[in-house]
Amino acid sequence: MTAPNKAIIEIDKIDKWFGNFHVLKDVSLTVREGERIVVVGPSGSGKSTLIRCINRLEAHNQGRIVVDGIELTEDLKRIDEVRREVGMVFQQFNLFPHMTVLENCTLAPIWVRKLPQKEAEELAMSYLERVRIPEQALKHPGQLSGGQQQRVAIARALCMNPKIMLFDEPTSALDPEMIKEVLDVMVDLAEGGMTMICVTHEMGFARRVADRVIFMDEGEIIEIKSPQDFFENPEHERTKLFLSQILED
Amino acid sequence: MSETFVRIKHAPERMPPNAQIGMVRWMRENLFSSWFNAVLTILSTVLLFLTLPPLLDWAVFSAVFSGEDGAACRVDSAGACWAFVEAKFGQFLFGRYPAEERWRVLLTLFLGVAGLAPLLIPSEFPKKWFVAYLLVPFPLLAFVFLSGGLFGLATVETSDWGGLMVTLVVAVTGIAASLPLGVLLALGRQSDMPVVRILCVVFIEFWRGVPLITVLFMSSVMLPLFLPEGMSFDKLLRALIGVALFSSAYMAEVVRGGLAAVPAGQYEAAKALGLTYWQSMGRIVLPQALKTVIPGIVNNFIGLFKDTTLVLIIGLFDLLGIVQSNFTDPTWSSPQTATTGYVFAAFVFWIFCFGMSRYSVYMERRLDAGEQR
Repeated sequence: MTAPNKAIIEIDKIDKWFGNFHVLKDVSLTVREGERIVVVGPSGSGKSTLIRCINRLEAHNQGRIVVDGIELTEDLKRIDEVRREVGMVFQQFNLFPHMTVLENCTLAPIWVRKLPQKEAEELAMSYLERVRIPEQALKHPGQLSGGQQQRVAIARALCMNPKIMLFDEPTSALDPEMIKEVLDVMVDLAEGGMTMICVTHEMGFARRVADRVIFMDEGEIIEIKSPQDFFENPEHERTKLFLSQILED
Repeated sequence: MSETFVRIKHAPERMPPNAQIGMVRWMRENLFSSWFNAVLTILSTVLLFLTLPPLLDWAVFSAVFSGEDGAACRVDSAGACWAFVEAKFGQFLFGRYPAEERWRVLLTLFLGVAGLAPLLIPSEFPKKWFVAYLLVPFPLLAFVFLSGGLFGLATVETSDWGGLMVTLVVAVTGIAASLPLGVLLALGRQSDMPVVRILCVVFIEFWRGVPLITVLFMSSVMLPLFLPEGMSFDKLLRALIGVALFSSAYMAEVVRGGLAAVPAGQYEAAKALGLTYWQSMGRIVLPQALKTVIPGIVNNFIGLFKDTTLVLIIGLFDLLGIVQSNFTDPTWSSPQTATTGYVFAAFVFWIFCFGMSRYSVYMERRLDAGEQR
């Protein structure tokens, strides 16, 4: 994607510490509308923390983050505004176990977007169809497989009609045979033009859908490249080492 | 076996052999599964054989069921003096509440049960209306009906209230106030705002650190000393407030346990969807937290219900108090009067507590069935 769309996320020189531990070091990144970013790196490199800063599940300590024109500060109202536009999918799905699949999906549209229940249900059903599990709508999450739960989680996030979707290792907690069904949904979403930032270990997915791949290590962004360049011409020693480790097997 | 095998015919389904079904199997599994259990079974049988007949004899066969006074109970061979309970039944229920006004207590009870019942059983009614009714109009109605003085109802001083009625008023107020207060205190204790957090911690630790007897004494003896001259408020009301605050501190800690059991991911998912703090607590976190701690909550309720007997020491006559005070009645004095009275009071308490316990089991099952995890 070379057409210079407008920037929707601007991360400008942010730093973050957990106690004395410097988790994010001078991280800057601009994401344009419709861009698909894949973030890779060894565990503990700060990838999850970075995307959790974008919807303020973690607060950055220095620097600026502007999402869809709203700068993230202590101001709770702005944080809520940003969260309404940013959907998130977690490694552990985090579905609400005491509600049905449908209720999981309609909760935020009803209470945050103030949609009438009937409209919210229609919306939810359309997204459940999109992730290919409309028939599970009345079950509770505990009755579904991991792959199905993760697809519900994606539908739940989409029901808020977000402008940006964040994925925090969405397939890492899944059994191998379920990874594909979730990735298929994500590919479908990417092809639909959604702005996505995805932390993942699925290199095939990165190759296939990413506009840019970001490699992080020890809290720093080491390398940003197109997928082809990233996998074929890694420049930094740490990138090379990481790629050699994961691509060996 | 290295030979190959392919089944060509279904194995027929047959009834299990006799040793696998019915009485024999049940006894073998439950009563005589090992020599130790067999010995226990025999010992228990002997124990039952030794205790049950005298107990039955006391409670039924030699018991006195009717009589104008305690004469029949004073006979040496007499068992339980149920006639005493029968004669004093009205007092045990209502204390010195005037007989011609007791319909007001029953009406209040009916109004309460009518509001509560639809909440306890699964039903199609929108529950929020019943909750709203129980929280605002019902306490007001109950107050008007029970104490009177309005709409032409004769005033009945709280010093005339007594018996099971006082037990229920104290327990129900304590239970109804302690759950919401406890939830707020538990949420406050894990608040991001230091002032709120400290206030809640201080409140909880203060009330948890003081015995209920002290709270009741303070409310009835010391509080009036601090109030300005001429200002006083009702003794029962003071006890109610004391009990409610005391039990809410305990409840807060139970609820906190439940909050801690909700995975962090649930809080995060709620936040990420843009729900406000109160929305995520009310719709996501609390329903799960409270469900986990139902046994603890009901445990508190039961404890509170029985602790109401302590109001006796500040001169309020709850069920136990009124039963005890009737032992001194010379018409009914007999060797069996006190025992019978205590057994009766114990039985009434047991019925209520056992009911709460069963209900909590039912509720846990129902919520589990909903989730089918």
